[in-house]
Amino acid sequence: MSASQSLAEQQGLGSAADVARRLRDTGYLADDGLATITYLAVVMQRPLLLEGEPGTGKTALAEALADLVGAPLIRLQCYEGIDSTQALYDWDFTGQILHLRTVEAVGGATDADALEESLYADRFLLDRPILRALRTSPAVLLVDEIDRADDEFEAFLLEVLSTHQVTIPEYGVVQAAVPPIVVLTSNRTRELHDALKRRCLYHWIDHPGLAREIQIVRTRLPEISARLAEQVTATVQRIRHNDDMLKPPGVAETLDWARALQALGREELDLETAGATLGAVLKYREDTDRVRDSLDRMLAG
Amino acid sequence: MTLMPSADVVGDELFAAFARALRHAGIQVSGDRTQSFLRAVAHTGAGDRLSVYWSGRGTLCSSPDDIEVYDALFGAWFDARESLPRPRRPAVRTIQQAALEPLDGAEDRGDEQLLRTVSSDEEVLRHRDVASMSAAERRHLAALFAALRPTAPTRRSMRRRAYHRGEVDSRRTLRDQLRRAGEPAPLRRRARRPRARRVVLLVDVSGSMQPYADAVLRLGHVMTRCMPYVEVFTVGTRLTRVTSALRSRDVEAALLAAGAAVPDWSGGTRLGEVLRAFVDRWGQRGTARGAVVVIASDGWERGDPRMLGEQVARLQRLSHAVVWMNPHRGKAGYEPVQGGIAVAVPHLDALVAGHSLAAFDQLLKVVSDA
Repeated sequence: MSASQSLAEQQGLGSAADVARRLRDTGYLADDGLATITYLAVVMQRPLLLEGEPGTGKTALAEALADLVGAPLIRLQCYEGIDSTQALYDWDFTGQILHLRTVEAVGGATDADALEESLYADRFLLDRPILRALRTSPAVLLVDEIDRADDEFEAFLLEVLSTHQVTIPEYGVVQAAVPPIVVLTSNRTRELHDALKRRCLYHWIDHPGLAREIQIVRTRLPEISARLAEQVTATVQRIRHNDDMLKPPGVAETLDWARALQALGREELDLETAGATLGAVLKYREDTDRVRDSLDRMLAG
Repeated sequence: MTLMPSADVVGDELFAAFARALRHAGIQVSGDRTQSFLRAVAHTGAGDRLSVYWSGRGTLCSSPDDIEVYDALFGAWFDARESLPRPRRPAVRTIQQAALEPLDGAEDRGDEQLLRTVSSDEEVLRHRDVASMSAAERRHLAALFAALRPTAPTRRSMRRRAYHRGEVDSRRTLRDQLRRAGEPAPLRRRARRPRARRVVLLVDVSGSMQPYADAVLRLGHVMTRCMPYVEVFTVGTRLTRVTSALRSRDVEAALLAAGAAVPDWSGGTRLGEVLRAFVDRWGQRGTARGAVVVIASDGWERGDPRMLGEQVARLQRLSHAVVWMNPHRGKAGYEPVQGGIAVAVPHLDALVAGHSLAAFDQLLKVVSDA
């Protein structure tokens, strides 16, 4: 407990407002809710489970947190079939065999137990993201898109999420000196197990309102003109709230579009440029067709 | 926040009571969640309404569905009581349980009644009392459904298992040789492990499907119990996810919970629109990807049938197979010509009957072979 308090203290994080301010310094604008939950996650040493529409800044929060704490971001991208050897740790099998052969060659093996012990030494233990996060302190561990992994995989995470340690049968227990800040994200393609959810703080991230999104665009892209930022954001919000969209664009798409227009050197969003750069916002042909037809209305507002 | 008493203990009691109230409102609040809530409030400060709100939301909720309930209860609990009239609970209306299709005499009823299509414009929001069928019928049917043994469809997964043929498993082979102190050993092999596919059941609960919806939900319960990955949704004038309600082992409790969760029993059908809501909110994100999707509906579409066609086509592109279960399919002389089903048929992998237990059994075979 004292270790984490020192982390919160040494970072000068005394309240949710501090977290919001420090996140803003890194270029991430968090609203009250997200700032409060993030603060709680740090002081209570609890993993933070973020759910929400794609492109609402779930992954970006972990990056901003790493920036804030000045710690490396250790990322575990989940996928189907991922198992403990890819997420937690693995043994360097070839190294072990080579070691055995070397010992055999020099005829140095006298004590079988000692030899076996030397096989499961630190030098043959391969760090995978979770173990690396425990051995690096401080660290921010991002478990991205946990819903993509098989549900059996969640069980591997339970120990590390609740006690910040990993038990390796041949080696022992690896405990984090300073518990890492853990962020899990999910796109809700399946329901996560309650055992996992119980260990986490939960937050649902919504799309930001117009004013906040303009602020986000201007923070992330300081060189962009105020007028362009407003135009782009307002248009994306109109597209987003159109019910016919197969995939409503998120904040990530707003930023992409603004960046694209910036690269083209535009100061203002006109019909022609908007039509030509629509691919930065919409990723489905049906959506593009639908928006292209009503683009003039959307731009006019 | 004026309601917060100064003494911490009293505050804790107030918060713990709030957590209890949430549990009664249907959110799964366990003791450790309550503990986290109290600790979180201690960190953020009990005096600030917003801090308490966010602390509770982060520790007591675990899905977006919870948040709606949480918001309502938080308002009722922590805002001045007099300013907030208690929402009056709507009187629970019950309707007579639709008689279940008997096993063999499925065609006993007049066809007019089976084919009646109530497409009322107004959404009939009512809670159906699933428990109101006679005890004898209930026992009879439960026994019959319990006899169904669905097996899940499978696919090859990324994971591998030891197998007697397939690619060489270098790791196991080496370990084996190590065990024999380097003596050559037979090659070990491995193959991809088969894995159950997800099955998605979309149950039409509109008026025209009323005689069947109950039986189809029972089928959904059996599937949820016997297959590892099943999602069940009801489709009417809106989309409702009933998977968690059906997960209860006791079939009657499960159906009761599902009945309470569904607001649009026996309303109209906007099949196309609601299917689109499903594909947008669930299907495209992953629920339908690679899954076997079963649509249980008679295909009477009140809205634009073109929309239905588009959505079934989308589903077909996303999923492994789309199976349509139509209760009328089992009748002699049935042709899929009604507006809704006619546009969907080109995108279907199978159109099967769904009017009797025998037909359900047939459907389960189609699903597991898909």
